[in-house]
Amino acid sequence: MSDTSNIEEPIAPIQNGNLIEVDGLSVGFDGQWILHNIDLKIAKGQTLAIIGESGCGKTVFMKTLVGLVKSTQGSVKFDHQDLSKLSDAELASIRRRIGFVFQNAALFDSMSIFDNVAFPIRQNEHEVAESEVRDRVMQHLSEVGLPSDITRRRPAELSGGMRKRVGLARALILKPELIVYDEPTTGLDPIMSDVINELILDTRRRYPVTSVVVTHDMHTARKVSDRVLMLFPRRRLNSHDSQVLFDGPPSDLEHAEDRRVRQFVRGEAGDRIRELASEVS
Amino acid sequence: MSHCTHRKIKTVSESAASISSIPSRNSAGAFTRWVTQWGSAVVDGISAIGDLSIFTWQMLKWMFTRLPSRGTILINFYQVGALSLPVVALTGTFIGMVLAVQSYAQFHAIGLDSRLGAVINSTLVKELGPVLAATMLAGRVGSAMAAVLGTMRVTEQIDALTTMGADPIHYLVVPRFLACILLIPALTIMADFMGIVGGYFYSVIILGIDHAAYLNHSRAGVAGFDLFSGIFKSIFFGGIIALVSCYRGFHCQAGAEGVGKAATTAFVYSFVLILAVDLFLTIVLNSIYYSIYPTGGSFL
Repeated sequence: MSDTSNIEEPIAPIQNGNLIEVDGLSVGFDGQWILHNIDLKIAKGQTLAIIGESGCGKTVFMKTLVGLVKSTQGSVKFDHQDLSKLSDAELASIRRRIGFVFQNAALFDSMSIFDNVAFPIRQNEHEVAESEVRDRVMQHLSEVGLPSDITRRRPAELSGGMRKRVGLARALILKPELIVYDEPTTGLDPIMSDVINELILDTRRRYPVTSVVVTHDMHTARKVSDRVLMLFPRRRLNSHDSQVLFDGPPSDLEHAEDRRVRQFVRGEAGDRIRELASEVS
Repeated sequence: MSHCTHRKIKTVSESAASISSIPSRNSAGAFTRWVTQWGSAVVDGISAIGDLSIFTWQMLKWMFTRLPSRGTILINFYQVGALSLPVVALTGTFIGMVLAVQSYAQFHAIGLDSRLGAVINSTLVKELGPVLAATMLAGRVGSAMAAVLGTMRVTEQIDALTTMGADPIHYLVVPRFLACILLIPALTIMADFMGIVGGYFYSVIILGIDHAAYLNHSRAGVAGFDLFSGIFKSIFFGGIIALVSCYRGFHCQAGAEGVGKAATTAFVYSFVLILAVDLFLTIVLNSIYYSIYPTGGSFL
């Protein structure tokens, strides 16, 4: 973690063992590879940032991790279970262990904020009493810094930043082992972006959760991640320790293309990143 | 794509242009294009039918294994049934009155004014009531379903349901299907009733046809099987509206244009299918009727 100056509690350490194992993953649509032959392991407790230019397959990769998109070749294992070999019911039970924060929050328009946050409990824990549902919803809304008087409002009545926080509260309410953030700061002003970044860090302090953050925002990647994965169209370029990549000396990076990635994440690459893209494609 | 490839494509297209005056090549090219377009349309059509069949099968599997919660079902019943009542009642009333206006001149000319009720009511309960109620509901309910589900698709709400362990077909499609197959027949009965009232009002009150004669002929002109066949067909119309509209919403393309297209195609496909299924069911029901009652009797 690169920016830890204002952290009050320590973040839970990365644990032994991998929660996610991606092996030779390829995804293709209409005869074209969107992702090709990607290998990756995400350790329990780790926060991985996935960066890359638009159209490089970040969102497809992230949706493949939770089984929303089926792999064409290769496998994705969640806690040693191959998602492609699971039945619909087994896949649904795996998804209960995963929280997903969508780019535009994806709150249900027809429901109040309370019902949105309570939805995962009502859907998956039928025996829970309504009083407990209420307590848990209020606790999670409070944890993401939202006042209790918004519970009756509809998603359309909230600002973008508030909607993202409601989306985070909803994703956390079943205490997931993996939480996936899709562009958590896109469309937000710098102050609200920083609030969301702090919430991501705060979530790691409160819960022993593994996180995957897909982002265009290098500040977010630098602030919240332990490791950075850079994607190029159709393939993974490289994966690095985020502290080395952002703050270490260039000499710590062995290969020339790794140093180019460093230039990219530090905003120093300019058009040279395109040369690199054509080299590796 | 490299510059070299671009240049090759350009060279090929220039060569193609230079030989376009040769008739045999040109007609061969047009034929190839024609075969390709039709082939592609046939493959797309078969693929869409396959997709819709799988979608229907998944929906039916849920219906016979686990129904959604009562709250989810009741909201959909309210939206499909209660909110459609005024528009269906109004449509039925006007159809009855229009039938009276259109038929009166011919019946009056041959002195059979009092038989107007038999024609109006028979036409209403057998055909116009079910088909026009279904058409109205395909527009009001079907388009709304496609637009809502399409918006949920493009704003990732359907993906969100999946990530929270809910099956979108179970949660979103099953209640809408149930509401349509149970309530569209009920709304059809309402349309029939209001049409009969409208026809009576215009014939007896406005045109001055004798009240008792109108009612006697009305009663004699409509068999129980007519009423049954209209309501029976409306169950299928309800199923068509729900399945086509939900399918179009689930397969909505991105953006506002995609949602608009999903709503429009949901109505058009539902309407065409309603008419086609109506023809098929009418033939089947008539065959059944005449095999049971060769002389045209009634089971009631």
